[in-house]
Amino acid sequence: MSARRRKTVSAIAEGLCAVAVILALLPLAFILFYVVKQGASALNWAFFTSMPKPVGEPGGGMGNAIVGTLILIGLAALFAVPIGCICGIHLAEYRDSRFSSVVRFAADVLNGVPSIVIGIFAYGLAVLPVKRFSAMAGGFALGLLMIPVVVRTTEELVRLVPSGLREGALALGASRSRAVFTVIVPAALPGILTGILVATARVAGETAPLLFTSFNNRFWSTNIAQPIASLTVQVFTYAISPYDDWHRQAWAGAFLLVMIILVLSIVARLAVRRLEQMNRP
Amino acid sequence: MTITIAMPSAPPGTAAVREIESGAAKISVRDFDFFYGSAQVLHGITLDIPDQQVTALIGPSGCGKTTFIRSINRMNDIIPEARAKGTITIDGRDIYAPGTDVVALRRRVGMVFQKSNPFPKSIFDNVAYGLRIGGLTDKRSLREHVEKSLIRAALWDEVKDRLDDSALALSGGQQQRLCIARALAVDPEILLMDEPASALDPTATTKIEELIWELKANYTIVIVTHNMQQAARVSDRTAFFMLGRVVEYSDTKTIFMNPKEKMTEDYVTGRFG
Ligand SMILES: Nc1ncnc2c1ncn2[C@@H]1O[C@H](COP(=O)(O)OP(=O)(O)OP(=O)(O)O)[C@@H](O)[C@H]1O
Ligand SMILES: [Mg+2]
Repeated sequence: MSARRRKTVSAIAEGLCAVAVILALLPLAFILFYVVKQGASALNWAFFTSMPKPVGEPGGGMGNAIVGTLILIGLAALFAVPIGCICGIHLAEYRDSRFSSVVRFAADVLNGVPSIVIGIFAYGLAVLPVKRFSAMAGGFALGLLMIPVVVRTTEELVRLVPSGLREGALALGASRSRAVFTVIVPAALPGILTGILVATARVAGETAPLLFTSFNNRFWSTNIAQPIASLTVQVFTYAISPYDDWHRQAWAGAFLLVMIILVLSIVARLAVRRLEQMNRP
Repeated sequence: MTITIAMPSAPPGTAAVREIESGAAKISVRDFDFFYGSAQVLHGITLDIPDQQVTALIGPSGCGKTTFIRSINRMNDIIPEARAKGTITIDGRDIYAPGTDVVALRRRVGMVFQKSNPFPKSIFDNVAYGLRIGGLTDKRSLREHVEKSLIRAALWDEVKDRLDDSALALSGGQQQRLCIARALAVDPEILLMDEPASALDPTATTKIEELIWELKANYTIVIVTHNMQQAARVSDRTAFFMLGRVVEYSDTKTIFMNPKEKMTEDYVTGRFG
């Protein structure tokens, strides 16, 4: 192949890559632009702080839904992170055991279950018995969605830790569990943390599983045993309503959701960088 | 009161007696075989490693030195599919006997790995790791031990102002000395060193060799090296490995000046390998 031809081929390949990147980014840019355009007019201070107004009355905001969403993802993380991390570490440490392959398979299946089905499951388990929608039930449903993601990322990252580190710890008289928790997990921590934040961001945008678990609440509530408002359900409710003002607020809510997910992603990046400063020179 | 111990009736000057005079066997290896899966890499290793001496393991690349040295603290246990046969006894106790406390064994048998493996923690925390595992929590005492170990490993002057920096920011040779300091900190009885000077400059190498000389008074040291001069300088006994067998094991002087086997002579004089 002549040098000329090689250069041409390389230029074409580069061009194709650039086109692919643009195609992938275009929808994202478009969504952001559209959401901002539609929601900006309803975004004001009151939107963040005030409660929804009764039907027909203009104004009001999603203050309770913002707090509600934060509480829900907090509950979900509280439930999913310990379970997910411990399972992930177990899978990485005992990768070939029968039990591990069962857990791994279960995690993959759970990962593929549609979120509405998870919602129904949580409804049957956490709502029906007490006959009340609650933030707890919502957090449980979101947690179930988080677990498989946390499990698999933790497993992957713990596995990636070089075996020399484990050997170094064992050679100094550390037991296996001690080596795992003092050397291997800390070495994998930046990645595990990213996994957790990515999983959190993913469930923050879920609506379906909340519809019949945490339901909705027009009032200020932080009681986790009571129904609670959330941005996603609020956006859904407002979007299908016949009122223009609610439509605008739905767009603003959508904008806020995108922002929350963006902030979570940025926090993830920063946290990783900080931790990596310790891990890598 | 005096107790007279009847010695085995070997005439003075024979090998058996020299062995006892220069330090009793700390580690005894008998018919030791080792397999990775179905591949046998050690064949019937039999040798006695004396207390308070330095034993060097030499031999061409891939002959099983690392495998052997890692068998002495059972570090090979964690390799799936790996299997050992035969016995290795330390102070007369078979370390491969069922029910052996491997964690306790590794506390007594320290190791410096061929590939240096500092933890992604601060320099201080690296050296303090084994001490903390052993239950030492007192800050002052930790500091003293860490400083002492770093001084012995000839690293203190270079790191004393940056003990809280990541160990991974150190150069390759510094990392190697850090791993030596880390192993020394827990004060093992036996120290296994797999090419501890492979990434060191001549000055650091000299310091590590001096350290080995100094440590020998209290420790049993086994060192793998590809550097013949180093083996000749630091060791009392030398074992020449080849294709998973011990070809010759004797006083270092004998191995280098007057080897019995032609292969040993060829290897130490650099005619092959
Ligand atoms: N984890 C492993 N799995 C399978 N085979 C292995 C493993 N480690 C080593 N071996 C094989 O065992 C043999 C001995 O290896 P070993 O590392 O003990 O050699 P060595 O004498 O230390 O070599 P070098 O001087 O290059 O460090 C080699 O043939 C090697 O390929
Ligand atoms: Mg080796």
